[in-house]
Amino acid sequence: MTAAVLFENVSRHFGAVRAVDAVDLAVAEGEFFAMLGPSGSGKTTCLRLMAGFEQPTAGHIEIFGETAEGVPPYRRSVNTVFQDYALFPHLSILDNVAYGLMVKGVAREERRKAAEDALAMVKLPGYGVRRPGQLSGGQRQRVALARALVNKPKVLLLDEPLGALDLKLREQMQEELKSLQKSLGITFVFVTHDQGEALSMADRIAVFNDGRIQQLGTPEEVYKQPRTRFVADFVGSSNILPPEFVAQLGAAPQFASLRPETISLGQNGSGRLVLDGTVLSRSFLGAANRVLVIVNGTRINVMSPAAASIPAEGDPVKLSFDRADLHLMEAAS
Amino acid sequence: MSAIVQQHAIQTGRGSLAGRVSDFLWKHPHVFLTILLGPPLLWLGIIYLGSLLALLLQSFFSIDDYSGLINYEFTLATYRQLLNDANFDIIIRTILMAAIVTLFSAVIAFPIAYYAARYARGKWKVIFYLGVMLPLWSSYLVKIYAWKLILAKEGILTWLVTKLNLLWLLDAWLSLPVIGGNSLSVSYTGTFIVFVYVWMPFMILPIQAALERVPTNLIEASSDLGGTPQQTFRHVLFPLALPGIVAGSIFTFSLTLGDYIIPQIIGSSRLFIGQAVYAQQGTAGNIPLAAAFTVVPIIIMGLYLWMARRMGAFDAL
Repeated sequence: MTAAVLFENVSRHFGAVRAVDAVDLAVAEGEFFAMLGPSGSGKTTCLRLMAGFEQPTAGHIEIFGETAEGVPPYRRSVNTVFQDYALFPHLSILDNVAYGLMVKGVAREERRKAAEDALAMVKLPGYGVRRPGQLSGGQRQRVALARALVNKPKVLLLDEPLGALDLKLREQMQEELKSLQKSLGITFVFVTHDQGEALSMADRIAVFNDGRIQQLGTPEEVYKQPRTRFVADFVGSSNILPPEFVAQLGAAPQFASLRPETISLGQNGSGRLVLDGTVLSRSFLGAANRVLVIVNGTRINVMSPAAASIPAEGDPVKLSFDRADLHLMEAAS
Repeated sequence: MSAIVQQHAIQTGRGSLAGRVSDFLWKHPHVFLTILLGPPLLWLGIIYLGSLLALLLQSFFSIDDYSGLINYEFTLATYRQLLNDANFDIIIRTILMAAIVTLFSAVIAFPIAYYAARYARGKWKVIFYLGVMLPLWSSYLVKIYAWKLILAKEGILTWLVTKLNLLWLLDAWLSLPVIGGNSLSVSYTGTFIVFVYVWMPFMILPIQAALERVPTNLIEASSDLGGTPQQTFRHVLFPLALPGIVAGSIFTFSLTLGDYIIPQIIGSSRLFIGQAVYAQQGTAGNIPLAAAFTVVPIIIMGLYLWMARRMGAFDAL
């Protein structure tokens, strides 16, 4: 099957800065693909390379099997939802949504109808007469989505589309985006710095750092088997154990990741590794307690269910975990 | 302990007169605003609007043809005189010149302003501002006389055109009726060139300011949605720059309408509104007719702004 988007050894350098450095990736058709990373990691530049706003310094890009480098944005069947929406301030909402059809020469009545349908799809029916300035951030976000989707793109690119929304709205939009993607079957490529968002929404995640992909896999793979220390640290929170410590546990002397929620307080269950430590501090997070324990000079975070009893600060405590949850990582980075 | 300790939650006033005045103004922002805006508003209201009103009033008086004295009775006779053939020609000539100068200024200014707003950075931005503003810092009269020499029959422009073997083209142009003449310096074409040159900064700067406020991602969004560069210009860039173009055209249009020096030094002997005002209030001593002439640009500008508003030029503001 041809990939929806294919990067072969793609680089984009700005002078001495390697914004994107020899990236290979293949986004499958109909997939919800997330590009996750901190700011400056190259994820947005990758999105801009897909949209055509940037041209690669080196490498090859294909969109549905067709060569994309050198092709201007207006000749790509790819549409973007911009981070700050980029709605045209001088046009009504309806004209904003119908813009793509207008420049392609679709007749007035037809594009009006299509734009109204698209607005209804994003739950903003009847908002067409308003101006972007009269809408809230969440509503503008939906308009931007409708404006892109009305063109029936082969690939929809979303550049941190939920970044400016407050928490409740963001969670609601996550659900809606996910179900919209399922029902439309369009390939979504989604840029975010929010690992929770990437984990909950994406079919696959590419974790970026310093212009390179650190790991590419399903949310579960990326979370449970982080390939590098960067991934372990950036996706969720993790205890990164130094090689000497890991060697004492009877494993190869490498950096290892141990997720806080896989550790339990007290010695429960058999066949588990047990460590002796002292409670350094604890904080109540609502659904859970976070307990910081020091073991042989190494700090280990433990996420303990709120219902469980928590030892006091300074108390000795036993930690236990399954050997399978101790994940060894590559030496590099 | 730090030496800086807040002794009380609420501190007493400092007691000085300045402190008390500050407290008073803080509590009464309206008083503050009145003090701030009062003097300039009085100046504008009385000196500026007052004299404008006096001028308007003058245009409704008439002049006694025999004695040459002003007859202080309300009449529309002066306006009737304004609309006679000779005077009406002056008005039409001036409006046409102002319109063409404005149109050309906009066409030339836009790419320059676009470059400055989109691409010029650091040093190049400074060079841009210097290049645009420099002509404004040198004397207006010197520039115009310099242009007279440049455009004269023996001037550098004719020399250059001859060297390029294009003299036939210049001669053909100068032989055209109305816009032609003996040389560029005594033709409407010459007047036009100098007007465009002199007012250019007033067109570039507002357009540049307007373009600078257009976010780059709107241009990208248009392109992303399938808009070709031409379509992006027509549907996004131009409408968003329009307030700047209108602002610039208000300058070029009204400055051309009122100027009396350029057409006097460069151009044919036929008058423009500014020259007519100058002649009527000076040598002819017909203050009412001079006043009536000055009312014309005011009305035209009013109509122009109203039309621009109707056409949605300010929608993007």
